[in-house]
Amino acid sequence: MAIASDQSSEEDRMTPQFEKVAEKKESRRGFLLALPSYVYLIIFFVIPLIIVLVYSFATRNRFGGTDLSGWNLESYERIAEPIVRTILFRSLWLAFLTTVICLLIAYPFAYFLATRRPAIRNVMLVFVMIPFWTNFLVRNFAWRVILGNDGPLTKTTEFLGLGTQELLFSQKAVVLGLVYGYLPFMILPLYAAIERIDGQLIEASRDLYGSAWQSFRNVLLPLSMPGVIAGSILVFIPSMGAYVTPEILGGAKTTLLGSYIVTQFLTARNWPFGAALSFVLMAIMLVGTVIYFRKGGRTL
Amino acid sequence: MVAAVQLKAISKKFGDVVAVDNVDLIIEDGEFFSMLGPSGCGKTTTLRMIAGLEFPTEGSLSIFGEEVGTLAPNKRSVNTVFQNYALFPHLSVLDNVGFGLKMKGVDKKEIKVRSMEMIELVQLNGYENRKPSQMSGGQQQRVALARALVNQPKVLLLDEPLGALDLKLRQEMQVELKKLQRDVGISFVFVTHDQEEALTMSDRIAVMHEGNLLQVASPEEIYETPANKFVADFIGRTNLLEGTVSDNQTVILSNGTPIRASSNFSPGTKISVSIRPERATITQQTENGDSLSSINGTVETVTYLGNARVYNVQFAWMSLEVREENRTGVELYEPGTPITVSWEHDAVSVVAD
Repeated sequence: MAIASDQSSEEDRMTPQFEKVAEKKESRRGFLLALPSYVYLIIFFVIPLIIVLVYSFATRNRFGGTDLSGWNLESYERIAEPIVRTILFRSLWLAFLTTVICLLIAYPFAYFLATRRPAIRNVMLVFVMIPFWTNFLVRNFAWRVILGNDGPLTKTTEFLGLGTQELLFSQKAVVLGLVYGYLPFMILPLYAAIERIDGQLIEASRDLYGSAWQSFRNVLLPLSMPGVIAGSILVFIPSMGAYVTPEILGGAKTTLLGSYIVTQFLTARNWPFGAALSFVLMAIMLVGTVIYFRKGGRTL
Repeated sequence: MVAAVQLKAISKKFGDVVAVDNVDLIIEDGEFFSMLGPSGCGKTTTLRMIAGLEFPTEGSLSIFGEEVGTLAPNKRSVNTVFQNYALFPHLSVLDNVGFGLKMKGVDKKEIKVRSMEMIELVQLNGYENRKPSQMSGGQQQRVALARALVNQPKVLLLDEPLGALDLKLRQEMQVELKKLQRDVGISFVFVTHDQEEALTMSDRIAVMHEGNLLQVASPEEIYETPANKFVADFIGRTNLLEGTVSDNQTVILSNGTPIRASSNFSPGTKISVSIRPERATITQQTENGDSLSSINGTVETVTYLGNARVYNVQFAWMSLEVREENRTGVELYEPGTPITVSWEHDAVSVVAD
């Protein structure tokens, strides 16, 4: 009896050790698998980010170069200047406008998509992706042709007696281009969120005296909120920092933050100021993302 | 008295598929009415048409005399308990229960009072702030019931509400539901594919098959005098023997054996004879065992069920199932024993094919 119990207690002692060894092996394997991503992120994201951060505290010298000495907060102080503030708020406003318009267009479409038969859904999802097959730059130039002075839009409005529409090189054109460019990023998360909702819940709402609008307001919308937030972030963030679309469709009067940062680096040759602006932009996006995760979204 | 629900020549087609085929049905006020049938028989579609979640293709549907055929679901004074409860996952139990009243624009204070009353009625006090996902299947079931009943509907529709519960809980809920129905006094329309459930709870049962209504009657009537072969087979276990009517007292089974069975079918009609396993008895075989209400055979297998034994009795041309209750003093028969199966003549019912 005594021998038998000794043996079993030894076995009991062994088991946790085996578990520890297995755990160690498991975590080492995980690290090895993630290693390429770590290396990539450090070389192409963390290091450049640090360089930008360092530059934002540096000083521009007389020849347009940057002196990595005399550290100061001057570049950050300049953000309070009226012209910078105007550009910042204009960018925020246009990004907000783009997000809202995308939401209004995408929601009904995503709902329609989510309630079709699977075969039709897949075909329509491919249609949503098709614009990605063409280069973003090319598509923006295509809009320039459409909106241009002799373009199809103007010809149509003239034919209808609505006069010449001067859309190109205005904020309207920029928002139009941004909505066009980022709409799929709104549709897809919304579709994913709505598709997951049990259709019986809408029926239950209708059965419990909810009108179609009440059912949307009290059941469908709250349940699809993760998709609404994910889509809004996916549209708002790139719109906020957009460069290509405002450059091509916006013209000089509607400088946005993205273009302004590029100007600082290339034309004004004020790298510290450009770096500081980049960091402010990132901070705004970070705040948005944190709000999203606080709201308990899980769809990103 | 006005019928709670009346269906007149109701049909529902989905494309080419006929889900419900020309059904006439009256559900009285205050009765526990079950719609029973295998999956795809049209029972759920019928229920959904009463709820307004589907509109009939043809026919007329009225609730307490008011034609509601194509009236939107939110404008009908009926409420539904859905198959998987369909509780709103983002709302607390209290808000789930109060949802219908909120949609109707009832005063907030009143919503709270009435919801709490209903939560108490289904014995969920203390759970009102939980989310549905934090509750067991049985509790969710109660929330679904409370959410429907708080609106004081004229008719409560239940779509296989007990299907997802385990056996013991299901049996408890059956008793509770029946009691609840008596307390609130409105008609319950209960859809199920479980014949035992339907027999236990219902005042009347409608048996459906392939979109058709086969029989509407009390549980006793459905069990004792099924309208046709399908009903006899679907409700409970039975032995179905094919045969031909000889006269209004005799049926000739397909192998030529005459047995006593009264029916109104004209001589020569092909029919089936239904003998319930528990209505036949087994005795030691005797010389003149073969008669108009007994047959000699051999025990093939015995299945022990605890409260009963089921004997499979083999004859030269067929086999029969006989169920003997496990009472004290009941004689046991081993497989291979020659025995006689006999029955009272009223245990036999003749059903149309």
